[in-house]
Amino acid sequence: MLVRRPRSLTLGERIYLPGILKGLWLTLKHIFRSKVTMQYPEEKWKLPENYRGLPALVRDQDGRTKCVACFLCQWVCPPRAITIQARQLEASNVEKGPQEFEINMLRCIMCGYCEEVCPEEAIFLTKEYELTGRSRQELIFGKEKLLQIGGVRFDPIKKWAHK
Amino acid sequence: MSETAVAPSASADPYSAHDEDALKDTLFTTRIEDLVAWSRKNSLWPMPMGLACCAIELMAMVGPRFDIARFGAEALRFSPRQADLMIVAGTVSKKMAPALKKIYDQMPEPKWVIAMGACASSGGMFHSYCTVQGVDEIVPVDIYIPGCPPRPEALISGILEIQKKIAGKR
Repeated sequence: MLVRRPRSLTLGERIYLPGILKGLWLTLKHIFRSKVTMQYPEEKWKLPENYRGLPALVRDQDGRTKCVACFLCQWVCPPRAITIQARQLEASNVEKGPQEFEINMLRCIMCGYCEEVCPEEAIFLTKEYELTGRSRQELIFGKEKLLQIGGVRFDPIKKWAHK
Repeated sequence: MSETAVAPSASADPYSAHDEDALKDTLFTTRIEDLVAWSRKNSLWPMPMGLACCAIELMAMVGPRFDIARFGAEALRFSPRQADLMIVAGTVSKKMAPALKKIYDQMPEPKWVIAMGACASSGGMFHSYCTVQGVDEIVPVDIYIPGCPPRPEALISGILEIQKKIAGKR
């Protein structure tokens, strides 16, 4: 079925000026509204609790790297941004740990699957969201850098301390 | 007489430090490169190469909430001849790549490129035969912005980085 014009224009619509004035009045009203612009570099967005930013590794309160190099995050990562090299740990209750742990931030889509799948609660999504780089190499983060970003998270259970 | 001829006094020198101090308050001096770079960096005209969902964040950056006009880059030009900053926002498929390259070639020098988001920077999710694995395989990229998509703030910080690069700082 075709949609037809409901009626022809009235006299007021045809002489055009009332419409213009109505539009200008609307524009004028906007001057007195509250300002919406966020002054970005000075003023930042208030992040929600569950915001997903860049992923990072964490240590527990004893300074132990919590990752045990189980490769689950590497396996689950949809863009395959995570690359792990494992090594055997000698003087520890844990057998395995990461030798290298790289996240290619250019590939990462901040989906949070790594955080969700991690059995050791070793990888978390931080609230970092403004990151820029001048080369690809600059944005491939190694283990040290990820641990530095992640910082320390309190671990109430410490399951590997009592094995 | 002979003494002054051998050692002229400081005030006789037309470029003495004292005169320079006096001029500092009245004159503004700069190099022509700095002046050109200053005007370039404060009037970037982006070419919005919006290819996927990142373009939505690109539009948000231009809108009133984030307002890129505060940094002089609000004049989005849909003609490459009038643009000097290409923002590649989105997945670049192999079929789009020649068009993107052509648009880049049509932009007048000097020109800069921002690779916005995971797909444009590295291919992102798409380890695929039909996707260009990073737009830097076809055009030179100045700034990479990770995120899927990046927030408008991240894009603004990328533009601030480009401005620093144009000014020759950092």
